[in-house]
Amino acid sequence: MTDLRKYAGMALIALALLALPLVLTSMGTAWVRITNLAILFVFLSLGLNIVVGMAGLLDLGYIAFYAVGAYVYALLASPHFGLHLPFWVILPIGALLAGLAGAVLGAPTLRLRGDYLAIVTLGFGEIVRILMNNLSAPFNITNGPKGITRIDGLNVAGMSFNSTDTLFGISFTGPAKYYYILLLLLLCVIAVNLRLQKSRIGRAWVAIREDELAAKSAGINTRNVKLLAFAMGASFGGIAGGMFAAMQGFVSPESFILQESVMVLAMVVLGGMGNVWGVIAGALLLSFVPEFLRYTVEPAQKMLFGRLLVEPEVLRMLIFGVALVLTMRFRPAGLWPEARHRREFGEKRA
Amino acid sequence: MSVLLEALSVGKRFGGVQALKDVSLTIRAQEIYGLIGPNGAGKTTFFNVLTGLYTRDSGDVLLAGAPLPLGSPHLVARAGIARTFQNIRLFGNMTALENVMVGRHVRTRIGMFGAILRTRSQREEEAAIRRRAEELLHYVGIAHRANDLARHLAYGDQRRLEIARALATEPKLLALDEPAAGMNATETGALRQLILGLRADGLTVLLIEHDVKLVMGLCDRVAVLDYGEKIAEDVPEVVQKDAKVIEAYLGGNVGDSST
Repeated sequence: MTDLRKYAGMALIALALLALPLVLTSMGTAWVRITNLAILFVFLSLGLNIVVGMAGLLDLGYIAFYAVGAYVYALLASPHFGLHLPFWVILPIGALLAGLAGAVLGAPTLRLRGDYLAIVTLGFGEIVRILMNNLSAPFNITNGPKGITRIDGLNVAGMSFNSTDTLFGISFTGPAKYYYILLLLLLCVIAVNLRLQKSRIGRAWVAIREDELAAKSAGINTRNVKLLAFAMGASFGGIAGGMFAAMQGFVSPESFILQESVMVLAMVVLGGMGNVWGVIAGALLLSFVPEFLRYTVEPAQKMLFGRLLVEPEVLRMLIFGVALVLTMRFRPAGLWPEARHRREFGEKRA
Repeated sequence: MSVLLEALSVGKRFGGVQALKDVSLTIRAQEIYGLIGPNGAGKTTFFNVLTGLYTRDSGDVLLAGAPLPLGSPHLVARAGIARTFQNIRLFGNMTALENVMVGRHVRTRIGMFGAILRTRSQREEEAAIRRRAEELLHYVGIAHRANDLARHLAYGDQRRLEIARALATEPKLLALDEPAAGMNATETGALRQLILGLRADGLTVLLIEHDVKLVMGLCDRVAVLDYGEKIAEDVPEVVQKDAKVIEAYLGGNVGDSST
């Protein structure tokens, strides 16, 4: 009986997720794009969750791996170098290179923790961004601040993802098609996260977070396991970056600023470090709330005061700040912390 | 009895302080070996050198005849020395069971891809890890707390959990750093039974302890450190009467009324 209800619930959620872009399209394609970006942020948060949430390594430069993934895609599928490799070749390369970048960042920081690690990773994130900005001379690799344009969109079995198609009498816009492929990738990423969490490696990560010295003495090779966390988390970022490049058709260094790293970190912390479902909720919340504000703050102010007093963008950051301060004050472990509600919440969402 | 662990003139210096000076000692298989000494004598330093947390400056340590790796705790654990800490160091936000499962890490091998693909061998290994961890919790007598977070356990249970985690690494030598610290008489008595049981099951135990009564009653042989030097090593009855030991503990010639 409970099994039946569980499956029925899962089927309902699946149906809702499948129908979502069609509903959103009727509100305007913009909302589908917003949803897609939100899913990318879920990717990023889940990747960062491995590093920060599970292994407890405070990484403030995580967006660098997103940048690596995005640029790998951009360089291998655009007129910039005249390369047009298919996405199923590029995404793994992007994940691999981002993972490598993660290990490169991890190796010199193995002895650092907390604040010190945060500073180094922050620097690393900036270095990557500045590299992207300046690798236009003497050889033009990244095209500098102008970024790379006209990046190929996804193309599966001859179906382009950048145009509208009609299937079974329903028209699917480009963003809607991206939504489905993102949803598929997301399911994989969630599965990977959940499986890692309940594995020997996942336990080793958490053990290092809890007490590195004890973990070492209990026989964990902390160096390798930490590098693995950096690499694994980074490769998630790499995949997200690749999808971002494909969706936007354009990448430039200014998409990968520190504020984005901070945003992803905020998603992880707000949702509940270490808990996959909490992190997903945090990412969705922090992705959608600002967009709702964008659409409601301006009309609300005009209605109340007759004119625009505070720019939505400014207010957005203010509300963010207040929300985070309140969360840390009243729910320091995040909205859905790791241990406590894991089971109930996991069942509801799975 | 065969020799399990042999420390050969081990030295360790911190800046100007010679924390350990030419410490040599021999632990035989299936022995309960006590290491005592006044505060600051170098007991914990010796422990940390032994378990790879510190790198020794000189000397050698042989475990079952093979030299112990320098300065890498996880390799020491793999070689067969497990330890507990003076101030309990558990993974507070993991359950008791998970704590012990972490101890199995060094004896298992499924990596990331196995976990992601959840292969058959991964599932089997994972089940074996869980089974062994449950057995060990049962062995130390806290099976009923398996699913509680480690930091919610009572003090005595935390000590037991730490021992269970150490046992999970399948050690040849179990090194306990002041296991009775902060325990009342009942708890100490129970700990004593646990340690005797471990030895009966074939384990060798190295014990640092301040509770002299426990050490003298439990250990087969005792070494005494003072200012980083070994000043005595023998059966408890002899060590208790050793003039140097009495002097180290009481300072000066007070006679043999103590310890």
